[in-house]
Amino acid sequence: MRRDYEKEKKDMVVVEGSYAVASAVKACRPNVISAYPITPQTHIVEELSQFIADGEIPNCEYVMVESEFSALSALVGSSAAGARSYSATTSQGLELMHEVLFNVSGMRLPVVMTIANRAVSAPINIWNDQQDSISQRDTGWIQLYAEDTQEISDMTAQAFKIGEDPDILLPVMTCMDGFILSHVYEPVVLLDDDLVAEYLPPFEPELKLDPKNPKTFGAFADPNSYTEFRYLQQQAMDKALKKIEDAADEFYDLFGRYYGGLIDTYETDDADIILMAMGSIVGTIKDVVDKLRAKGVKVGLLKVRSFRPFPVEAIHNVIKDAKVVVALDKNISIGLNEGALFTETKATLYNTKIDVPVIGFMIGQGGRDIPVETIENIVDEAKKVIDSGITVESQFTDLKEELL
Amino acid sequence: MTIPPGGVCAPGSTLVNKTGGWRTFKPVYDYDKCIKCKLCELLCPDASIDPRDDGFFEFNYDFCKGCGICANECPKGAIEMVLEEK
Repeated sequence: MRRDYEKEKKDMVVVEGSYAVASAVKACRPNVISAYPITPQTHIVEELSQFIADGEIPNCEYVMVESEFSALSALVGSSAAGARSYSATTSQGLELMHEVLFNVSGMRLPVVMTIANRAVSAPINIWNDQQDSISQRDTGWIQLYAEDTQEISDMTAQAFKIGEDPDILLPVMTCMDGFILSHVYEPVVLLDDDLVAEYLPPFEPELKLDPKNPKTFGAFADPNSYTEFRYLQQQAMDKALKKIEDAADEFYDLFGRYYGGLIDTYETDDADIILMAMGSIVGTIKDVVDKLRAKGVKVGLLKVRSFRPFPVEAIHNVIKDAKVVVALDKNISIGLNEGALFTETKATLYNTKIDVPVIGFMIGQGGRDIPVETIENIVDEAKKVIDSGITVESQFTDLKEELL
Repeated sequence: MTIPPGGVCAPGSTLVNKTGGWRTFKPVYDYDKCIKCKLCELLCPDASIDPRDDGFFEFNYDFCKGCGICANECPKGAIEMVLEEK
């Protein structure tokens, strides 16, 4: 992370995370916003509908719909017609969009959607974990995870820039931890309209719906060509690896704030133990790293910013010399007893010469607090792996035995 | 052919996908019973029933999937679903 807090101080305002996102979307000059309110995303779209009602976003229409399925379906049309299109959702709403998520990415429509990450039902739970967006990892959307309110705000502009690049043309989910980021008030530098205009060119797709020049979007593809569509989507994801880094670098040049491209690292250069995580938890981990470094423990943090495309090479470069890697996941693949970051990291090491043990912990589900002590205990478990090898690959943390 | 992003194409691409090959039963008119009411043409979900100059209709078997809606809806029972022969 590279930022000049002293310089930023005079521009900082204390706002709610959701307001910072809405304000960032406003600065990106969208043409169509369609969303259905769902906790904890609601404040974002409430603010946006107010902006539009007040005439603060010119040439923008807010489409009210009866469900999340319709919200994203409306954006399929608007984005295909060449309109910069935005939505926000979470949890059950995102799962209801599942079918349309594939349509958006398959039709190569660069819709941007903020996910205020939340647990999924049942049992019903409105608090934060990342099961909702992780469940959509194979839908062909770029997935970026933000650490704090400032990052999710800035990531919004980067998302439009990445997705709308003619070489990419993929939809982007920007993920923020529900409540922890969406409902927190903290000092933020809101995006400056003029700077964003310089950073983000207008959306002008080469192919779009136009009554004067009719086109067919999302047409039939039989077995002769369907594979090639998937291949081309994968190619676009491959190109996005570079584009995500470029977008972060260009953003730093203009705005002076940088949070990493595909990944970011903290004290990893000589680390024996590397903790991997996504989202707001990396802030807590940094505190733990500071605390343990002061005691002489060689521990570092690998923050994964881009989950799709998965930055295999960038991750390998960081973890190759570590003695143990620990993936912390706010999600679980039920039946495999593993979180996604753990599974994917482990899988990418197969058939390589990198021989580093990887263990996983599923943590903070359904909004359970993640105190510093929990991370410290996890580091203790990692130390055991260095001493005696892996005994347990992946496990739940902080289980309450009295409830079982 | 190269695929543009998203497979965007000019209208009319459906004409090359001759979906009639999936059919098991095919509809056949009994023109003696037909009263030219046009319901079959209106209700065909694949637009594979074409009007003729004499006011009757005919099936476009290149695209008819054999769903049988026309036969089901015909008020005069003028359409029979017949097993497709290879």
